[in-house]
This record gives sequence, C-alpha cells and structure tokens, in this order.
Amino acid sequence: MSVEERLPAPAGLLLDRSKKISFRFQDKQYEAWQGDSIASALAASGQWILSRSFKYHRPRGILSMAGQDANALVQLPSDPNTLADVTPVSDQLAVVAQNFKGSLEHDKHAWIGRFSRFMPAGFYYKAFFRPKGVWEKIWAPIIRSRAGLGVVDTNYTSGYFDKQYAFTDVAVIGAGPAGLSAALAAANGGASVLLVDENRLLGGSLTYARLAGAADAAARHREQLVSAVGAHANITVMCESMCNGWFTDNWLAVIKGSRLYKVRAKEVIVCSGSMEQPAIFRNNDLPGIMLGSAAQRLIKWYAVRPGRQAVVLTGNSHGYGVALDLLDAGVRVAAVVDMRAEPTADALSRAIADRGVRIITGSAIYEAVPDASKNHVVAVEVRGISARGRCADHGERIPCDLVCMSPGYTPAYQLICHAGGRVAYDDATSMFTLEGLPQHMHMAGSVTGMYVHESVCAEGRYAGRAALQSLGLSTEDIEPAPVRGLSDRVNFDWPIFAHPAGKEFVDFDEDLQIHDIIVSTLDGYEDIQLVKRYTTVGMGPSQGRHSALATARIVADATGRTVAETGVTTARPPFAPERIAHNAGRSFYPERHSAMHHRHLEAGAQMLIAGAWLRPAFYGEKGQRDQCMAREALNVRQNVGLVDVSTLGGIEVRGPDAAELLQRIYTFRFAKQAVGRCRYAVMANEQGVVIDDGVACRLHEQLYYVTATTGGVDRVYQSMLRWNAQWRLNVDIANVTSTWCGVNIAGPKSREVLRRLCTDVDLSSQAFPYMGVQEGHVAEIPARIMRVGFVGELGYEIHVPQHYGEYLWDRLMEVGVEYGIQPFGIEAQRLLRLEKGHIIIGQDTDAMSFPAEVNLDWAVAKEKPFFVGNRAIQEVNTRGLTRKLAGFVIEDANAPCPQESHLVLDGDRMTGRVTSCYVSPTLGKTIGMAFVAPEQAQPGSTVTIKSTNGRLVEAKIVKLPFYDPDNKRQEM
Amino acid sequence: MPHALIKYGLSRSYPGHRHFNSRKELKDHYDVVIIGGGGHGAAIAYYLSKYHGVKNVVILEKGYLGGGNTARNTAVIRANYLTEEGVCFYRDSLKLFRGLSNEFGYNIMWENRGQLTLAHTDAAIRSFRWRAEVNKHLGVRSEVIGLDEIRELVPMLNMSEHARFPILAGLWHADGGTARHDAVVWGYAKGACERGVELHQLTTVTGLDIESGRVKAVNTNRGKIQCGCVVQAVAGNSSVVGRMAGIHLPIHTFPLQAMVTQPYKPVLGPLVSSPQYHVYVQQTSRGEFVIGGGSDPYPLYNTRSTLEMKESLAAAAMEVLPFLGQMRLLRQWAGITDMTPDYSPIMGLSPLENYYLDAGWGTWGFKATPICGVTMAELIATQRVPDLIKPFSLDRFYQFRQINEAGATAASH
Ligand SMILES: Cc1cc2nc3c(=O)[nH]c(=O)nc-3n(C[C@H](O)[C@H](O)[C@H](O)COP(=O)(O)OP(=O)(O)OC[C@H]3O[C@@H](n4cnc5c(N)ncnc54)[C@H](O)[C@@H]3O)c2cc1C
Repeated sequence: MSVEERLPAPAGLLLDRSKKISFRFQDKQYEAWQGDSIASALAASGQWILSRSFKYHRPRGILSMAGQDANALVQLPSDPNTLADVTPVSDQLAVVAQNFKGSLEHDKHAWIGRFSRFMPAGFYYKAFFRPKGVWEKIWAPIIRSRAGLGVVDTNYTSGYFDKQYAFTDVAVIGAGPAGLSAALAAANGGASVLLVDENRLLGGSLTYARLAGAADAAARHREQLVSAVGAHANITVMCESMCNGWFTDNWLAVIKGSRLYKVRAKEVIVCSGSMEQPAIFRNNDLPGIMLGSAAQRLIKWYAVRPGRQAVVLTGNSHGYGVALDLLDAGVRVAAVVDMRAEPTADALSRAIADRGVRIITGSAIYEAVPDASKNHVVAVEVRGISARGRCADHGERIPCDLVCMSPGYTPAYQLICHAGGRVAYDDATSMFTLEGLPQHMHMAGSVTGMYVHESVCAEGRYAGRAALQSLGLSTEDIEPAPVRGLSDRVNFDWPIFAHPAGKEFVDFDEDLQIHDIIVSTLDGYEDIQLVKRYTTVGMGPSQGRHSALATARIVADATGRTVAETGVTTARPPFAPERIAHNAGRSFYPERHSAMHHRHLEAGAQMLIAGAWLRPAFYGEKGQRDQCMAREALNVRQNVGLVDVSTLGGIEVRGPDAAELLQRIYTFRFAKQAVGRCRYAVMANEQGVVIDDGVACRLHEQLYYVTATTGGVDRVYQSMLRWNAQWRLNVDIANVTSTWCGVNIAGPKSREVLRRLCTDVDLSSQAFPYMGVQEGHVAEIPARIMRVGFVGELGYEIHVPQHYGEYLWDRLMEVGVEYGIQPFGIEAQRLLRLEKGHIIIGQDTDAMSFPAEVNLDWAVAKEKPFFVGNRAIQEVNTRGLTRKLAGFVIEDANAPCPQESHLVLDGDRMTGRVTSCYVSPTLGKTIGMAFVAPEQAQPGSTVTIKSTNGRLVEAKIVKLPFYDPDNKRQEM
Repeated sequence: MPHALIKYGLSRSYPGHRHFNSRKELKDHYDVVIIGGGGHGAAIAYYLSKYHGVKNVVILEKGYLGGGNTARNTAVIRANYLTEEGVCFYRDSLKLFRGLSNEFGYNIMWENRGQLTLAHTDAAIRSFRWRAEVNKHLGVRSEVIGLDEIRELVPMLNMSEHARFPILAGLWHADGGTARHDAVVWGYAKGACERGVELHQLTTVTGLDIESGRVKAVNTNRGKIQCGCVVQAVAGNSSVVGRMAGIHLPIHTFPLQAMVTQPYKPVLGPLVSSPQYHVYVQQTSRGEFVIGGGSDPYPLYNTRSTLEMKESLAAAAMEVLPFLGQMRLLRQWAGITDMTPDYSPIMGLSPLENYYLDAGWGTWGFKATPICGVTMAELIATQRVPDLIKPFSLDRFYQFRQINEAGATAASH
C-alpha cells in the first residue's frame, strides 16, 4: 500500500498528508506521511517484521502499537532498542532491525527455536559447566555473544539534555476520558492542574477505541472533553510527556523531548488506563497477530489497513468494536471467535451480527499457522473450548493474514505501585485490582477496571473532586464513586491454551512458553519472584506488561494457589525505559578556583585536582615536574617563594565558649592560649584516629580563626556543628573558607618582602615571633597574618578577603622581584614539608592512624578531662603501638627511589609502607617517611622496602626532621 | 549441545526434580537454626550438611529464598582489598567461586572479567598502589596501570584530559569477576536441601527465648521451635535480629540503590568503577548494563528508590562512559545494607553461648558468600573460630582492632 492508498480521513489522526517523507529500513527505501511512526509506515508498505526475538530469533512485528512491547524494538543510528511503533519517522531516517544473523527474513539463527525443548526454563543453570573450565572457555563467550538486542554506538556522546522543576496542585496522569474529566473537575474547583499524557493527542482510548452507537461516538465525546480542557485557564497540558516514576511525596519524573521535568504535586490522580493483553496459543507471536487495540490504532491514527482478511479473537465486547472498525476500514472479517460460551449480546455484537459476520462462540484459536517462510500468519486453527484452557480435538482452519486479540486487560498499575499501592486479583472479574493507595493519590478510569464510557467520566470527576477536598478547596459532599457493572467485565478468565508442540508465548521479550513457567514451579521455584528470576519472565524491555497476568494465572494453577495469593512482581521505576542522558541532564560538576587562579595559569602552572579545587602543582612544562619542583623548592630555601593557600579551610568560632569548643574538638590545649598566638590543632574521631589538622589562631578572647585541610574542612565544620548540637556551648561556628583567600610567603627573605607592603604591623622577631598572629594591612588590604611555617623557613601566611586575592598576589610578586621571589606549587610544598618532617593528613596517615603512631602525641593534651577521641587514644596508648611513622633515607645512590605506598617488609611480613618519598635537592638524597614496625623505628636501624618490580631496597631510619632540626630557620 | 540438556529435550515428561523441599510443617527441634535464607544462610547450611554431617538444620526465611540483598546485589566479586585480613579472606572466597558450579552441579555462571577502578587524583593513585602492593604480596592479581593500558581494556572510557576529573591511572584487578547472584543462593540451597536441610520460606523469626546466656527456642510466625544453636544471617536486618538476642551491634543501616538498562549486544568486558564519581558499571551476560554507586545519605529501613540517586548515578556514569547516554534504563531498586564503622563484617561468636553472628555485610557481602559459609559452618560444627575469621569478631570494636576497608570499599562494593 503506497502512501496514497491509505484510508481516507477521519482515519489517520496523526498524519499530516501534506508532507511526504522517505526513509530506509534495512536496505530498502520506504515512503511515509509526516506523523507516521516507523512501524505504521512499514506496515502500510506491507513490511510486517520489525526485528527478531531475543532467544529463538523468531520474526516479530507489531503487537500493541502503543510502545508497550519489545517486539517493536529497532535500531536507529546511535539509538538502539527504539520503539518503532511510537517513534515518529523522520525524513531520511535510517532504521535497521535487531537481533538477526544473515537477513531479517531468513535468520541464520532461527534454527535455535527448533531446539527449544532442549532449553527449558533455567537451562543454563543445568548445563555448560562440565568438565571444569569449559564454561569460561567455551560456553560463556558463546552465550554472551548471543545476548542483548540492539548494538550500541561506543563513540556516542549525547546531545543537549536538561531539567526543569514544576509545581502544581493536581497532577493528572493520563488524558483519556477519565483524566480529562478529572482535570476539568479539579480545575473547575480552582486547583491548578497539570495534565500529562504520553501520546501526541489528548483523548486516550477515545482516539482509537470503538464505542457503542454511531461510528464517530468516541470522536464526538473526545471533541467535547478536549475542547473544554483546552479552554480552561487552570489546566496546563503536557502531551508527548511520559510520567515515568512516582517518588516519595508526589515527586514525579516526567520526560518530554530532551527535558526531565521534576514535578511536585499536592495531589496526583492516576488515570493511566489499562493495557490490552495477548491471548496465549501456539504461534501467537507471528507477525500479523496483534492486539485488537493495535489494529484500531493503525486504522485511526495512521490510516493503515492492518490486513486483508481478519479473525478477531475476543473475550469481551471490545473485540466486536475491533471487528466493526476493521469492516469499516475495508478488511474482511472471516470470523469473530468469542471465547465466552454464552456472550451477552450488546450493541456492538448485534451490529457485527447485523453485518453478516460469522461469530463462533465458546471457541478459541488453538494455533496460528505461518506461511512457508514462517514470517507471517496465513491461517488460524479454531477449536471449541472443552474445558478451561483446553480445546477440542478437532477444529476448523480459517485463512487470514490478520489476527486481532482482545482477551482482556491489565491495569497500568506501575505508578500506583511505585507509590506503595498493591496489586490484588478479583476472581469474579478475572482482573487485577489496586488497593492501598497512599494519601494524596487518586485513580480513575480503566486503571480501576472501569470501562463503560459514562462511568469512566463519572469516576474521573469523582477523583477530581476528591483531590479538591484533600486540597481544602472544596467542602461539598461529593456524589458517590460509580461502581463497576457487568459491562465493565472485560477479561476472559483463561485465554491460555497449551499446545503439545509448544510455542505458545507468555513472554514475548524473553521467548517464554507456558511450559517454561510450569517447569520453574516443578523445579521448586514457586514464589512469583522466584519464577521471574528463574525463567526471566517479565525481566525484558517491556517489564512484564503483557506477561504478568498470564504468568500469575499459570503459576497459581501450577501451585494450587489463587491468583491473588500468587501476585505479581514488584513494579519499579521507570514506567517506560528512559535514556540515561535524560536522568543525567547537563553535566554539573562545578570547579572551585581561588582568587589567584588566573595568575597561576599565566605563570604556566600545571594544575592538580584537590577535591573541588584546582591548585597549581608546579610552574612549567608538563614533563618537567621534577626539575620545576626542585627549582621552586631551592628558591624557597635560598630566597623567597609564594604559594597560594586559599583552598585551606577556614572556620570561625566565636562566642564566650569558643575556647571550650576547641578544647573539646581538638586534641591539644586551647583554654589558656594567648590572644595573638597560633596553635597546631589535631582532630581525632571517636576511634582516636587522626582525621584533620590545622592551626587555631586566637584573634580575640572570644574569636578563633581555625584552619583545616582543603579536603577536610567540610567534614570538620559538620562535625563541629554535630557535636555542638549535643554540647550546646555558647558559640557561633561559621565556615568562612570562601570568604578568605591566602598566600604563604616563605623563605629567608620573606620578612623583607612583606615589610615593603605592611607598615602597621611590627614584623620583627621579638614583636611577631614564630606562631604569632596579627591583624593589619598588607598592600592596604585588611589582613590576618600568621607566622607559621609548613615548609620550615621564615614565613608568613597572609589571609585577606577573597576578592583582594589577585591584587595581593600581584603586589607581593611585584615588590618581591628584587628578592628573587618565585611562585611555588603544591609539589614543591610537599617536598619542603617532608624535608622538615611535617606530615600531611591523608597521605602520611590512613583510616587507622592514632596520634602516637604519627608522632603527634605531643599535640595531645592527656590531662584534659575530655576531647573527642580521648578514651580511645588512652586505650591505644596503654596497649602499645603496632607501628610507627619514621623518617628514612636511602644511602645507595643507585637504588631506585621507592614510590609512595611501596611496602616495608620484615622478611616476608608486611610491617608498613612508604607514605612520602622524594629526592631532596637540598639534602641531595632520597628521603621519605614510612610506617614501620615499632621495633624497626629506632634511628639507625635499616628496613627493607619492596620497590618497583619487587626490587628490595635498603633504607636507613633517621630522626626527623631531615632539615634544620634546631628550627633556626623558621624562627629567625 | 551439552548432555544435560539432551535429557530434558528427549524425555516426554519433564525429568526435573524439585531443587528445594516443598512447603511443610516445621519440626519441633533443629540442631541448627539459620535465620535468613539469603546466600549466606544457604551457604552455611550447605557446608554444615555436606562437610560436617550436620543435617538437622533449618533455614528460616521471611520472604522468598534469596530475596533480600542477594537478589538485589550487583555481583561484583573481587579481592583487591587493603588490609591483610581482608585480602586473605576475600581471596579465598574468590577461589571458591571459581569452582562453585562444579561443586554444585549447577551453573552459577562465574565469569572472570577483571575489574578496573579508576584514579582521578594523585591521592587515589597512591591508595591504589598501596592496595596493589598488598594484594600482590598476598597472591592477588592487582596492578596500577597507565592510560594506554586503560584505553586498551575499556576503549569507551572518557580519557579526555579536559574531563572534570580526568582519568590519571587505574587499578587493574585481573582476578575480579561476576556470577549470577541468584544461582549462587539457589545452588547452595539446592545442595543443602538434597542433604536433608529444610528450607522454610515465608517464615519470619519474631523473637528468641533466652535463658542463662543461651538461646532456648526460636519464635516464628508459624510457631516456636527448639534449637541446638542459632546463627543469624539476615544482612540488612542484623541489628533488628541481633536485638532479639539482646546484642547491640555497631551498625548503621542505609539503603543502597542500583539500576539496570535494557539488554544490548556485549561491548564492555571488565567491571569498571570510579570512586571519585561514586559510580560503577558492568555489562551482564544478558547484555544489560548494571550501574551502582554509594549508599543513600540517610539511615533508613525502606527499599524505595529515589529520583535523586538515579540522576546522580546517571550523571556520574556518563562522565566516565559517555556512550551510556544512549542507553535506556529499565529498573531501579534498593536494598538495605548494614554498615559497620570499619567496612568489614562481623563474624563469629556472640555474647550468647549458642548464638553465632554473620552480620555487617554492608554493601560488599555477596562476594564473601562461599568463604563465609565455609568458615561459619566450621565454627558451628567444631566450636573453634577459624583463623581466617578471627580478626572479624565483634569484640574487635572493644579492642581497637578495626579492619578498615573504607577506602577499598567506596563505590566498588
Ligand atoms: C544494591 C546493592 C548492590 C550490592 N552490590 C554488591 C556487590 O556488587 N558485591 C558484593 O559482594 N556485595 C554487594 N552487595 C551486598 C550484598 O548484597 C550483601 O552483603 C549480601 O547479599 C548479604 O548476603 P546475605 O545472604 O547475608 O543477605 P540477604 O540475601 O539479604 O539474606 C538475608 C535474608 O534474611 C531474611 N530475614 C531478615 N530478617 C528475618 C527474620 N526476622 N526472619 C527470617 N528471615 C529474615 C531476609 O528476608 C533475607 O532474605 C550489594 C547490596 C545491594 C543492596
């Protein structure tokens, strides 16, 4: 059928017949109208096979036309597993089928299906492992290579995806008659309403289903509701939008286009409808066999005639509506096969009878017959139903190229289950029902099992009013909710017909037959969850939408339980498969830059990552790390260097109890610390492990400015707040890290440089000794100046409000020129501090380092009544150390420099590891720190380090520090 | 065609037999009562019945067999831990995994894929090297590798130096792998049931009768049973069940989530993880991509999944493996994990004389299933604590002898 031969309007609601487009499927060119989906355009051209199935490589085609099944998965460029039945075709699109070998029509792997009897459920657990080793070498690679459906594009990078928040009084999910009515009722009562539907058109089933009465009855109802909704100022409509998940407190994930909307709704009304189910008989998966509603969608949405001669299998009156629609579309209906023994006549069935269509009651399709190529249905074998699930021994073969199945429905319960609702089963109607909805969630329409148009609308209105009441927008009594009547009975209780030759598919995604489900119960996997896991039923791309009901029935039957007892597996978000890129949105991993960042880049710095910060590692070419580091370090030792320390954490503790807080949080003494003095501060956790360090500066009686490590400050701040929530000390704690920035100017000439810019502070050693802190001005900028020295030289740490950072840097560099000032990076700083024997928390400590092990016992005030970690530290100290951090040198100039983390051995026993190690340009040899056994820690003893490639290197333990043991240089 | 399957195909009636006992009444007395029918409980029962001749054993499971964390876990199996105690323990577990299919006569689909952990900072390189050195010293294959080797192993990684956190190096653990998680618990339960162990599903332990330091009886929703001894193997419910025994465990309980995509043709062999981005990714033998990461931020006993975690896992996964953006997620779920302060389990004796602990498995206990079964069974049968699990006793928390695996656990499980 070429595009011109499509059915006339009003068929083809989604088509724009003014635009013809062309696209490729496999290696052929096809025509389509704008608005066609891939599958509708292909169907119109007689191409029914879309892809091949997962396990047996069976040909598969349209099943639901609603994006609910895996039959329709095809491959687009960089977009595997795309739903051909709902994805609009675009001009020049290149589509290919999935999961076949050779050609789509003649799949070289189709033979696998003939061996299905050798592959019962769980077969891979039962075989492939003997003899030992054969699984990994032979079978696993084979099975693995067969797995999966679409082919991913490993070079893919995603386009633009983003996110938006939205808020509404009422979110109505689903814009069928129930949803439209609910939205109107809620909006009329003054609520703001967000109406979400996955389809391009509003109206839900009214866009394709057949109601009793005139052929256009549904269209007229739809027109009325939709125009009222469109005209309502309180209603925002989102079409082509998938509400894909309900999360705690009515937090809805809605995907539209390339955007993820995160919607907070006060009330949610779920009008998600129901999903028509396949009947289960031999070869029920052949192309040409589809749900009744799929045929209706093809006709009404796409103006495609779904076949030439049809058999309709039904268990309700809807099947008669399908038959009427087929007739109207010019399809011959060979028979309506009604599984019910004595169907109640209604308007639709009478209309069918009136049009002379043969109705065969109390019968079922026992088997569908494929054509010679096995690619399409050519006939069905219809037999009388002799008992539940049983057919008579003989039947009649009816030729047809289209089979429509209408045996019943399953409510689209997924969102309700995300919210904690439970699925029950009503034996009287053979339907799943829903119970246990949380507060602020309502439902209406066929999701509740309501199918008669008038009551569906009434239920929608009822739900809208209930939402209004819950919002406090209405106090009126609401009319009682409508109740389900006989005409709402749509499920045939047992549309499952086993065949001795099998291939009656329960789960199309996973190629599971009735026998597979039963096998699982015979093997002892009886719980529905175990059945799922053992057989993989419901685990495929369609997540059991078409298999849950049948599986529950079959398992119930096989295990002697009711369907209600058997239940269904848990529905988890998302409702429909959703792209990872949608959830990711725009990449958001912010970077923190210090105020001097650009100066580092201009000076040619190589930056390194420290938490969220970027810091200069060294200044120079990438490959020149060692040379740059040595040069920068020597300049600090000989002249003066400048390092950016803005990333260090800064915390202000203010108030009458400020000293007390520090006294408790840190291991050292702070109560008697004089104003104007700094003190080293070590923080331990409750296990007595060292977790951070810094300097506590007492600026006033009641104000401490405490520094913390770059990576640790947030944790330190949090832990201060947490502890003080318990202690309730009278202090105010503020993390001022980003308020201040700072530099450390270090080296024998640092005082001279600083003097040029700082006139209101006496920098002499007497007035401003080591470990002093002063407030004053540097380059006219208000500054906190600390005389501390990590690198072991005379030095000052200058902290200024952060927006002055660049200016401060520039001025120091400017006046420093004549003293030989050079910036130095983190690498040089690490080397310098190692020479001075200072540890870096996190590098020279680990998750189990106690103060005494890392030579910090001097910074623990043992006489304090309490501090965090106190008890543990005492305990550990009385037990004796199991290791100790010691300095070492490697005297053998030819030995390789060990790397940090190389092991220290005692014979074969691991006694520790290297934590820091550098070749020191100042000392001219390899120096380092390492954890060693306590008995190895004596200066003068030697230890063995297992260096690169296992080479053993002797190291001599020495007393720390390596450089300036008398502290003459930092205290000058 | 393997012989085992021909038998199924050629027989007219289904030749299978039940793997587990059908539902029946509880007996009045069992020598060993195992609380929890996850992998751990089943493994303990298996080794008790197979190697120690202890057969009057019952597994009590409140839901369905293996439906707790065993069903929810992402089956990362590795031994590249940091501490000597940890590495030796998990190393021995990995060895058992390799032979498990043949031990059971049931395919657990062990696959030695190798695990690649990415370093994005120099601190990470340092800690990876530490692990690699310790691992190698103890006979576990781990190596710090450079960018070229990383590219070769996983060409799809974002190797750009302009990435927010560029990849600087990797920890390649050639021994790492994965197995079909369900098959592990089923294989153990099947083997145990064949030897006379009883499995009772839908049976909840509601309390313990304790007299003079011993458990006298176990109360369930189906009545009281007398017991010789009791072992708890209830993963995320460890504190709850421990409390029934009057034991306070140093455990905080957090949800842990994971998610899975549709199946695609295989492209990713190794298991990949990035502690910096808090994410790990692997492709299952079915072709699905499984993505997991860190625990939820707040303690909770609830297996709901959150949008926030899904968003952050998706974003993180795409930073590392941008090609994942095109894939579609099918499911997201959560399990309840009991976290110890040092990220190591609690195994062995308890303050009660005939009550044993198998707890504190946090986010990492699936890989320990075999070795935990072996050692716990030995403990129960012989009353002696095997050397391998001595360090993991509850009293290490009183002795300041924690076994800290925090760094080696983050985002890799
Ligand atoms: C998302 C996620 C990913 C993970 N990924 C990994 C991974 O990659 N690698 C890894 O090694 N580990 C991983 N883990 C951790 C791993 O799943 C667990 O540590 C492990 O499964 C614990 O095994 P178990 O048999 O003790 O627990 P479970 O399988 O949880 O078994 C405990 C059983 O006890 C039952 N139970 C509880 N209370 C009672 C009661 N009162 N009476 C009767 N029965 C009771 C429960 O129903 C449950 O079935 C992950 C966990 C999660 C949640």
